[in-house]
Amino acid sequence: MRKPASAFAVHAILGLYTLLAIFPIVLVIMNSFKAKRAIFNTPLRPPLPETFDPIGYSRVFGDSSLPFYYLNSITVTVGTIFLTLLTGAMAAWALSEYKFRWNTLLALYLSIGIMVPIRLGSVAIIQLVAEMNLINTLTALVLVYTAQNLPLAVFILSEFIAQIPRDLREAARCDGLSEYNIFLHIILPLIRPAMATVAVFTMIPVWNDLWFPLLLAPTGGKQTITLGVQQFLGQYITDWNAVLAALSTAIVPVLVLYVIFSRQLIRGLTSGAVK
Amino acid sequence: MPQGTYLRLLVFFLGPALVLYSVFSIYPLLATILNSLYSHQKDGSFLWNGLGNFHTLLFDPTWSEPFWNALKNNFVFFLIHMLVQNPVGLMLAALLSLPRLRFRATYRTLIFMPTMLSVVVIGFAWQLILSPLWGIAKMFLQTFGLGFLFAPWLGEESSALITVSLISVWQFVGIPMILIYTALLAIPDELIDAATVDGLNQFQAFFWVKLPLIWPTIGLVSVLTFVNNFNAFDLIYAMKGALAGPNFATDIMGTLFYRTFFGNQLQLGDPSMGSTIATMMFLIILIGIMVYLFLVQRRIQRYSF
Repeated sequence: MRKPASAFAVHAILGLYTLLAIFPIVLVIMNSFKAKRAIFNTPLRPPLPETFDPIGYSRVFGDSSLPFYYLNSITVTVGTIFLTLLTGAMAAWALSEYKFRWNTLLALYLSIGIMVPIRLGSVAIIQLVAEMNLINTLTALVLVYTAQNLPLAVFILSEFIAQIPRDLREAARCDGLSEYNIFLHIILPLIRPAMATVAVFTMIPVWNDLWFPLLLAPTGGKQTITLGVQQFLGQYITDWNAVLAALSTAIVPVLVLYVIFSRQLIRGLTSGAVK
Repeated sequence: MPQGTYLRLLVFFLGPALVLYSVFSIYPLLATILNSLYSHQKDGSFLWNGLGNFHTLLFDPTWSEPFWNALKNNFVFFLIHMLVQNPVGLMLAALLSLPRLRFRATYRTLIFMPTMLSVVVIGFAWQLILSPLWGIAKMFLQTFGLGFLFAPWLGEESSALITVSLISVWQFVGIPMILIYTALLAIPDELIDAATVDGLNQFQAFFWVKLPLIWPTIGLVSVLTFVNNFNAFDLIYAMKGALAGPNFATDIMGTLFYRTFFGNQLQLGDPSMGSTIATMMFLIILIGIMVYLFLVQRRIQRYSF
């Protein structure tokens, strides 16, 4: 990077690619605030006072159940994160702290779930969920997503637990703390950063998934926002204001979360958490 | 610690995770494979059929034609990712990891952004952009005097699959970029300094010093791409529906599986054949992972710093 010419070339390539990456997103959000005529006549201009028109948004939030779908998505995502972190941290603690005969075998058993996509078991998952009378419930989604995210969570968390100095636990044991209390009061607070990483990794794919909501909770007001937007788009396909507004309402919350958590996420990725 | 207490501890801590994981992940996988060995009767019962379903899938023309078509399309889908997504990801990572680069974090965050969004949103946004109705894509080509190149790419059989693949590449290029970028950052500066002292320029140093060191990561990125591509569904479904039009030109294993299992305008749902296709996908993915483990990973020398 000593020569200014090559520095310019590097910035030109990265800048152009960045434009390519954000252009569609900016375009959709920008046009969602415009009147129909302006969407078609001047698609590349930002909304101006004379072209501003929030009609799309009033249609999205007026005629449809999208606000409820948001709530469903939040419930499913938060529920999954909670259950994954709780059961995952407990298992990670047991696997890294207690050396028993089936230890390695269990770790191998869990690693199947990292390599093989759980989607391939969908036929049996539907039959199972139907037998449990959980079709069109958010519970079914939380259970399946937790099973899907558990293996990676256990691996990230147990790697982290293994780094906690042994003396700390031994000291607690000498003080007469039970194993349950050691986990609850010493281990859990210490692994909080790793839990944040797991939460971010779990959150995005669960929020964005289309497959399991389509299979397990396609109707009955239990749709997640991703599926809800998909169905909404299908119905309003010719209403460009509504379509652009629906797309924007799906994009913006994720972007806000991404901006808040991007450091955590990139740090998680760059610390080799997905390897 | 007494044996009983120890056992109780293990059950308490491991139990919930193992039960959830076994019931909702491992059991369904095994049951699906088992399902593929039975045939679904009209009255809803299941009859043992051995490998009959696989024979039907591979040799009965009504099944084998869509199957080979989907498999071929899936390979094209995968090849485009390997030829475009991963090289572009590598290039972006190489540029991002250059020393003393300004705006590094900004570029990284913005380029990674599409990866965060739902495939449904991405698919629809691109559908609008490429639509002749809105004409954004056409307008762009016209600015460069290339207006004659414009066609409804998503609607034509010859170009639909490539277009959908490139949209997927556009969305997921952030993953190889970040993984390779991380591997590049882990290379100690002394190595590059030594190479520079020996007279290599930045470009040569990248090719002769850094690239050989990140082969393990490139292997990992390739196997991740393979697994994700042969498991893909959302984008095709969001853009082209379950029928993966035009005329099944964008049909891949995931959409074929969905259609077979759930049924559609053309056929009734069939859980047995659905399971058979899922088992085939499982085998394909397994072969991919095996190739990675035995061929790639064994040959790779691991460097420790």
